[in-house]
Amino acid sequence: MAETLVNNPVITDSLEAENAKALKKLRKRQKKRGSIENAKVKKSKGKHINGSLGGDIAIFILLALLGIFMLFPLYYSIIQSFKPISELFVFPPKLYVISPTGENFSNLFKVAGNLWVPFSRYVFNSVFITVVITLMHVFVVCNCAYCLSKCRFPGYSALNQLIVISMLFTSTATWIMQFVVMAKMHMINTYWALILPSVATSMGLYLMRQNMSTINDAIIDAAKVDGAGAFRTCWQVVIPNQKPAIATLIIFVFQGAWNVQGGALVYKEDLKTLPTIMSQIAASGIARQGIIYASAVVLMIPPLVIFLIAQSNVMETMANSGMKD
Amino acid sequence: MAKEKTVERKKPIEPGSWRHTLHEMKMNQACYWMMLPFFALFTFFTVIPVVMSLPLGLTSFNLVQFPRYIGLQNFYSLFVNDDVFLIAVKNTLIFAIFTGPFSYVLSFILAWLINEMNPFLKVFFTFVFYAPSMTPSAFVIWQLVFSGDSYGYLNSVLLDFGIINSAKQWLTDVTYMMTVVIIVQLWTSMGAGFLALRAGFQGIDTALYEAGAIEGIQNRFQELFTITIPAMGPSLLFAAVLAISGAFTVGSVGAALCGMPSTAYAVHTVMNHAQDYGSIRYEMGYASAICFVLFAVMLICNQLIRKVLSRFTDN
Repeated sequence: MAETLVNNPVITDSLEAENAKALKKLRKRQKKRGSIENAKVKKSKGKHINGSLGGDIAIFILLALLGIFMLFPLYYSIIQSFKPISELFVFPPKLYVISPTGENFSNLFKVAGNLWVPFSRYVFNSVFITVVITLMHVFVVCNCAYCLSKCRFPGYSALNQLIVISMLFTSTATWIMQFVVMAKMHMINTYWALILPSVATSMGLYLMRQNMSTINDAIIDAAKVDGAGAFRTCWQVVIPNQKPAIATLIIFVFQGAWNVQGGALVYKEDLKTLPTIMSQIAASGIARQGIIYASAVVLMIPPLVIFLIAQSNVMETMANSGMKD
Repeated sequence: MAKEKTVERKKPIEPGSWRHTLHEMKMNQACYWMMLPFFALFTFFTVIPVVMSLPLGLTSFNLVQFPRYIGLQNFYSLFVNDDVFLIAVKNTLIFAIFTGPFSYVLSFILAWLINEMNPFLKVFFTFVFYAPSMTPSAFVIWQLVFSGDSYGYLNSVLLDFGIINSAKQWLTDVTYMMTVVIIVQLWTSMGAGFLALRAGFQGIDTALYEAGAIEGIQNRFQELFTITIPAMGPSLLFAAVLAISGAFTVGSVGAALCGMPSTAYAVHTVMNHAQDYGSIRYEMGYASAICFVLFAVMLICNQLIRKVLSRFTDN
């Protein structure tokens, strides 16, 4: 029976087609069902092909020891923020809290509540600026990085050189000129003065450019053949393959944007950002020692949350998967 | 002219000619539109300020009066008259040699080791090693650790164990300052480069490892050198550029720990020097000249590293 079927070319073809269809369906279902499961299977098969259990344990111990060294200051500032005033000035300083208290935090918000401009205004400023910078940065940088890494247009190598060189230039000598430029464009004392300089930074662009250049050209050619323009290729083909890099980009830009200090760029009180106001509160001397630590901890939370979300969403990318060459 | 006729007959456009360039530009029109937003902002906030500040190095400018052209005098006094600058150059080179390559290699090794772990531990350890860069205010703690009295953590521990018999002035004694600042510098330098390398590792196609295993790769090290490093050339280059610019612009850590100026300028760097003239003495012309020298050195260094790395990696 089987032999007769095999010998009949028409039937075999249709059978194969049927099989292929069924397989595709199955794969699709598998993909839909628990992507985490899939990722785990892939990992245990993929990454640990050449690893041993002993090696894993040794690595873990090494990293844990180094990790303590790296985490110590973070731990210390959190501990300090929970110390009551009597413990803060104990000498030598203790590495643990005897009677933890939320006093510092409540004091911080009490001081913040008595400000001339409502505290919520500063929170709004910071959140608004950070969100706008992050969104604009990711959009602008991804577009540009795609072109710089995958398009061979006239002037492309010159622009790439420009980006690398600009990363080496330090801001100490240029801040005054930046101010002059912004003043000429009438941007001083507006949100734009805080937002626009952080949108187009060469570090983010270079990061994305470098990562995108590892993508296989064949995928992009395939997209072109299918009729996708540069913009569509960038956002539907390249970007979905760049999750780790984009997560990293978001961490960088969020952190930078969250810590933007108005400085000379805005002097109107209701445009100032949270870090500016926190450092103003903390600057009032030794009596507010606890508040300094509390404000540092509060300011640390948003970048930390973004970091954890971004990092844990990074699955192994499937860059170049489906390529056969 | 004769050539033009043949062009008309065959209709190819010669590469290198302006017509070819124009044609290419038309073909890639979409690219230019996509790059426009970035480069417009980049020109206004980076290119113009940088280009405008370079000529400043040739002037005497105090922010109040109009810059006065003085030729190469700034550079002349920088190298001939300014003793502190020469100390700063020496210190910067020491910092660059110790912190640059070391933090680069360390972040690569750590990123690699972390990559071998399971997903939860990956996130956890990435967080642990990136944490110092998220808490810029945290190096106040190092002041407590290295505090000069017998209550400073390091002093009290060493005294308890009888390794030293009197408290050391870690932050003001010239013999220790350099070491202390290098350690703290290393601690803070595991930031962007490390995270970029992590992303680079994450982006490697796992099929490559499978193929490698089939081809007979035996252990992790072989895998590292034959598959991983060649596959992540671009990320390595990025981290290298970051490491260079980080290593040559050290200064804030030393200033925060040892004060500015530090004792006998022991940890005074070129960056500190530029800040000193730029934001304390308001001699912007001189500060620009200092930054220009620093920039030139970094550029040379960058070209060298590029050449070295291109031997090991794919692109």
